[in-house]
Amino acid sequence: MEAAQFKSDQYVRFCPGCGDHAITAALQKAMAEIGIPTHQTVVISGIGCSSRMPHYLNTYGFNTIHGRGGAIATGVKTSHPELTIWQMSGDGDCLAIGGNHFIHEIRRNVDLNICLFNNRIYGLTKGQYSPTSPKGFVSKSSPFGTVERPFIPAELVMGARGTFFARTLDVDMPNTVDCLKKAQQHKGASVVECLVNCVIFNNGTHNWIADRETRAERSIVLRHGEKMIFGTNKDKGLALDYSEVMPRIIVVAADDPRVLTHDAHMQDPALHRMLALMGQEKFTDMQNAELQPELPIALGVIRDVEAETYDEAVNRQIADIRGKSKAQTFDQLLGTLEQWEM
Amino acid sequence: MQKQTVVVRFCGDSGDGMQLTGNMFSSLSAILGNEISTLPDFPAEIRAPQGTLGGVSGFQVCLGNGVYTPGDKADVIVAMNAAALKVCTLGSKFNVAGARFDEAESMFKKDAVVIVDTDSFTDKDLEKALYKTDNPFTELGIPETVQIVPVALTQLTKESLKDSGMDNKAILKSRNMFALGVVCWLFSRPIDKAIHFLEGKFAKKPALIAPNVKVLTDGYNYGNNTAMNINTINVEKAEDLEHGTYTSIAGNKATAWGLIAAAHKCGKQLFLGSYPITPATDIMHELAARKDMGVMVVQAEDEIAGVCTAIGAAFAGDLACTSTSGPGLSLKSEAVGLAVMAELPLVVIDVQRGGPSTGLPTKTEQTDLMQAVYGRNGECPAVVIAASTSANCFQYAYEACKIALENMTPVILMTDTYLANGTGLWKLPKLAELPEIHPQGVPEELKGHYNAALRDANSVRYWAVPGMEGYEHRNIGLERDSKTGAISTNPENHERMVKARQAKVDQVANRIPELTVQGNAASDTLLVGWGSTEGHLHAAANELNCALAHFNYINPLPKNTAEVLRRYKKVVVCELNNGQFATLLRSKVQGVDFKQYNEIMGQPFAVERIVEHVKAL
Repeated sequence: MEAAQFKSDQYVRFCPGCGDHAITAALQKAMAEIGIPTHQTVVISGIGCSSRMPHYLNTYGFNTIHGRGGAIATGVKTSHPELTIWQMSGDGDCLAIGGNHFIHEIRRNVDLNICLFNNRIYGLTKGQYSPTSPKGFVSKSSPFGTVERPFIPAELVMGARGTFFARTLDVDMPNTVDCLKKAQQHKGASVVECLVNCVIFNNGTHNWIADRETRAERSIVLRHGEKMIFGTNKDKGLALDYSEVMPRIIVVAADDPRVLTHDAHMQDPALHRMLALMGQEKFTDMQNAELQPELPIALGVIRDVEAETYDEAVNRQIADIRGKSKAQTFDQLLGTLEQWEM
Repeated sequence: MQKQTVVVRFCGDSGDGMQLTGNMFSSLSAILGNEISTLPDFPAEIRAPQGTLGGVSGFQVCLGNGVYTPGDKADVIVAMNAAALKVCTLGSKFNVAGARFDEAESMFKKDAVVIVDTDSFTDKDLEKALYKTDNPFTELGIPETVQIVPVALTQLTKESLKDSGMDNKAILKSRNMFALGVVCWLFSRPIDKAIHFLEGKFAKKPALIAPNVKVLTDGYNYGNNTAMNINTINVEKAEDLEHGTYTSIAGNKATAWGLIAAAHKCGKQLFLGSYPITPATDIMHELAARKDMGVMVVQAEDEIAGVCTAIGAAFAGDLACTSTSGPGLSLKSEAVGLAVMAELPLVVIDVQRGGPSTGLPTKTEQTDLMQAVYGRNGECPAVVIAASTSANCFQYAYEACKIALENMTPVILMTDTYLANGTGLWKLPKLAELPEIHPQGVPEELKGHYNAALRDANSVRYWAVPGMEGYEHRNIGLERDSKTGAISTNPENHERMVKARQAKVDQVANRIPELTVQGNAASDTLLVGWGSTEGHLHAAANELNCALAHFNYINPLPKNTAEVLRRYKKVVVCELNNGQFATLLRSKVQGVDFKQYNEIMGQPFAVERIVEHVKAL
């Protein structure tokens, strides 16, 4: 299929320069490469800039209410597991007002592809801090800096026993397309954290790695089965240092025999969590804004493990019990009641 | 002694099995040909401290011929302990120091038969129930016209089961069966029928059959052999019932089965998204157990997710429902608004309880009416209907599904604690005889041109669902253009859309029955009610020899509402709230002087209070 088949006739109203434009294009490309027809694809969203996405895709779409996209998507997928469901959400919609639905769709492992657009700001309400804004962040609703500790989305996903987590950058089209395709291939709740720039209210929030000059030095794209190597000259690798009580990730030379090979399918989330948290201290507190983390920011598919999906389990249980039941029709069900003539 | 109707109340500790005993006696009576109406009345605490006033659990049933309510006051009381006796005797004044029997307050009549377990009146029992003296009957001022029947229930049960091999705790739990045996004797219930019934009840726990049958039989024989100084009571059998096959059913179960019937009738998958809340949870329990009927239940993470998963299922083409009570309906408001805006079929069941806030979770009230009709942001019309008996919860749940699917609208079905937990006789239907359901679809010629704003001549939006090729579209909670379905903030378009959604709900009035008048239609007095009070108002209208207009359709109202109400000089709107339906009627019907009778005590009406009040008007 062609990406154009997934474009709707609606004029795309994201601000000029917004990272959401790039994700829209990547999503259309990924959907075309995946090849599931438009009428079997459903895109569900809540409220926020990113939640406008369904309007720009020529699939079935439902732009719902603030924070509830996850619960509505759960209903669609569970009742109709044959459909492919994408959920579009932002750091406010997903992690603040919709936080409860987010952790529970992950816990249940509903087979959904969840795009979490993280720009660390509320854009559509014009510039308030979000649950991913660093502590001390100055915004319209925090004129003296926030006093709140932010979420790190990956940590929340793994805390909810998530089976898939990937991270990508709006300006990195190939990796975004790759992460979206792998999210679709994964059976279960797949979370793709899309680091997007808000050109109006939080311009440059991801510059540390978005900057083309330094990106290769400051980030690593993890690929299952491949060595963890990064750097402009591919001269650095990641290894585990066991010299202290808790192992920690260190940077070594690319040819060091200790360089790790990425295993996204490992059930134990400990290393996935460590990889996902690399360099995140820079973004959790404004005091660390000038910090130059030694470890690169992890991009790509960090975790991708198998587990039974909720929608499958619900439907299988119904089929099993219905198969064994003597009563199949409503009249037969009535026959099971204690009854008498009057 | 021959009686047309008799009211029996079983009361004891919340662990004494009073609900089970009451239900068994009621079902047995129904099988033997009586009409029944039951009222379970239990505390919010699962197990309050044993023997205390707060832990008293009651179950009242009226049986006989021409039964409309569970009865105002009992003719026969079974009091399993001292606390239960006090609560039954003093009614709502049970915790007022020095209160004495007063027939207006008491739960039993002044010529009632009161069976008490004499083993549960020790000093310690009296102390726990806050008696001041060691003579509870005198202290409570129970008049001599009341016939006290002392039975050493505990000792007799122990004696009955001494060879059963059961431990003491299990033996004590069987006291209720001994009491049931005595009551069966009192009402001349054939013991073999009772035993047969009990065997059916415990079919899945065969080990419990023999001991329970033994205790029940011993209780029955005790009544028969000890020459109890009371007359047995013969209750008339039902005469006016339509001939047919019957069962007794609780409102919540009837509601659940109404949804299943509708799903099977129209061939759609039934989906329930819900979150546990008293007193609605039994609907979810019942549906979760009905996977054999293909029912899908999601126990969601909260009330909002309950309705939202249902909206998702509706978007995908299911018959989608959510069940809740008042506080849950508040939480669901925004999402119900989404279903109104997205014009999706959705059934929302509100089993009302005492409010506001957490209120009285186990008690009955009709206080969510305004919330159901108006409690959402924006101009947000939804259909609101109400069941009026435990058994017709089936009919109105079915009807709610039919209206939702045929008119692409949320339908809020109102029941309440009284209907939900109470039971009544239900004539078993046949699926083929139930009204046809024709869910809204989409014409073939819209393939390739469909959008979510297109509607038919009745203003009902066409329904295309994911998976249908050529009908891809975007639905939204934002305002949409009336032609293209795209987001629109155009002023004229918004007003046009508000009116289109209102017109769609209004035209439902063409599809529902007209209002009928019960009782003496020629009287100049008309009682008006809605929902669960029908039985009480019917009985009151009979006593007053006046007319009754009872509403099952609240929004829209039946088309002839104004015409019917204007026929009467004195129109009294009776409801278990502060006047919500009266307020609604005043806004919809001009030229009628609506008078009100309201009770907000967490209890069903008492017929005698309605009669007294209306007479005084």
